[in-house]
Amino acid sequence: MRILYHIGRFGLLQRKVFAKPEKFRILLKDILREMDKLGVGSILIIMIIMFFMGAVVTIQTALNLENPFVSKTIIGFATRDSIILEFSSTVTAVILAGIIGSNIASEIGTMRITEQLDAMEIMGVNSAGHIILPKIIGMMIMMPFLVIIAMTIGILGGLASTITIDNLSVQDYLAGLQLDFSAYRVFYSLIKSVIFAMIITMVSSYHGFHAKGGSLEVGKAGTQGVIYSIILILIANLFITQLMLT
Amino acid sequence: MIEVKNISKTFGENKVLNDISYTIKKGMCNLVIGQSGSGKSVFLKSVVGLHQVDSGAILYNGRDTTKMKSKELKALRQEIGMVFQGGALFNSSTVEENVRYPLDMFTKMTKLEKQKRVDFCLSHVNIENANQLFPSEISGGMQKRVAIARAIALNPKYLFCDEPNSGLDPITAIVIDKLIQNLTKELDITTMVITHDMNSVMEIGENIMYVYKGQKWWEGNKDKIFNTKNPELNNFVFASDLFKAVKNIANE
Repeated sequence: MRILYHIGRFGLLQRKVFAKPEKFRILLKDILREMDKLGVGSILIIMIIMFFMGAVVTIQTALNLENPFVSKTIIGFATRDSIILEFSSTVTAVILAGIIGSNIASEIGTMRITEQLDAMEIMGVNSAGHIILPKIIGMMIMMPFLVIIAMTIGILGGLASTITIDNLSVQDYLAGLQLDFSAYRVFYSLIKSVIFAMIITMVSSYHGFHAKGGSLEVGKAGTQGVIYSIILILIANLFITQLMLT
Repeated sequence: MIEVKNISKTFGENKVLNDISYTIKKGMCNLVIGQSGSGKSVFLKSVVGLHQVDSGAILYNGRDTTKMKSKELKALRQEIGMVFQGGALFNSSTVEENVRYPLDMFTKMTKLEKQKRVDFCLSHVNIENANQLFPSEISGGMQKRVAIARAIALNPKYLFCDEPNSGLDPITAIVIDKLIQNLTKELDITTMVITHDMNSVMEIGENIMYVYKGQKWWEGNKDKIFNTKNPELNNFVFASDLFKAVKNIANE
């Protein structure tokens, strides 16, 4: 029954979030600010994580494909597909759920307990729409760019790791990257990323918006936002994969 | 004028407001006093529409807010200014941006007009040279004054203050009280202040309601409250040694 209560409350919040904004000019300004804060602010960490992840995936694939009858180009091919299909979108989303999700939930939660949201409501401002909608749109716009960066850096990380792998040349790796390339897989990953962006922002905002009590509860809202975002990302990943790849 | 008629509010099993009626008079500082947990903040939040009442009516110049559609309620809210207990200033915005916020949201003023209005509101609450500071960079008293400036930015007809001088030293608290009183007279607005500070009561209490256990227990003004025979109110008013001593001196 508890889950039904949360689904209902989540639905009611989204109805407020997607209500007509007070002023489109202010919404646009807020979207740009959120794109910078949530998206641009996450580029560096995504680059660092994906570089090492790409390198590790390449090394592990190389270690598991030491059979002389298997072409070395498979290593580049496997790295590319792992990064494009899963790591760049799902793993990036899980990482961002941790970074951005807790940030959003604690920001909105703090606004709730310090009565800033009430102050907006008293003025006649739809606080949910004013605070949450720019985050959702901003993140939906930025997430595909982050995923493209993650793909590029992940593959470059793999390329850099070839230096440390004795039996893999740069040429083999590059040939593997071009082997049986399908643009649809990039498209699939980008579509996933947009949906994951929605999940992260909507779920974290929901937990922050309904925070009660003091700073301890705000911290709890942040943790819950991250946990439920990750669970929903993984469930959504399964459904989207079933829908688009099988 | 706001007429509150027989409102009740329950949270779960707990009846927080029980059949309260009260008239909030125009051009006066209307005070709602009571102990912590007596229901005065719930009363305020019910009057401004942050809580929906279970029964009763709240009439803003004859317009019943409990029967209003959301569009009408939204329009009415632009006539309301509110000062929250903690100030509720937007942390990530400067003092100037905080005061300009309602103007940005609801007016079609030019940049220059908004700037003039912001300067006017800030000067009215005696704040100078703090426009570009963030709330965390100013004192508690200044935060309250900025909150008042933001509350009056849209020229409200109604001003609500939830314990505006809580956490302030007695001198700053009196400054805030006087400021609210002056604004009420100057702008001819309907003001309601929630407080449990007897200094405030004696300073600005023109129309006072004492709430006890969710019920209206007493109504009067600052002159009458000092000579009340109501035992619960008497305990509240003369809880501090200072007021007991003042009473003793007055009796002698």
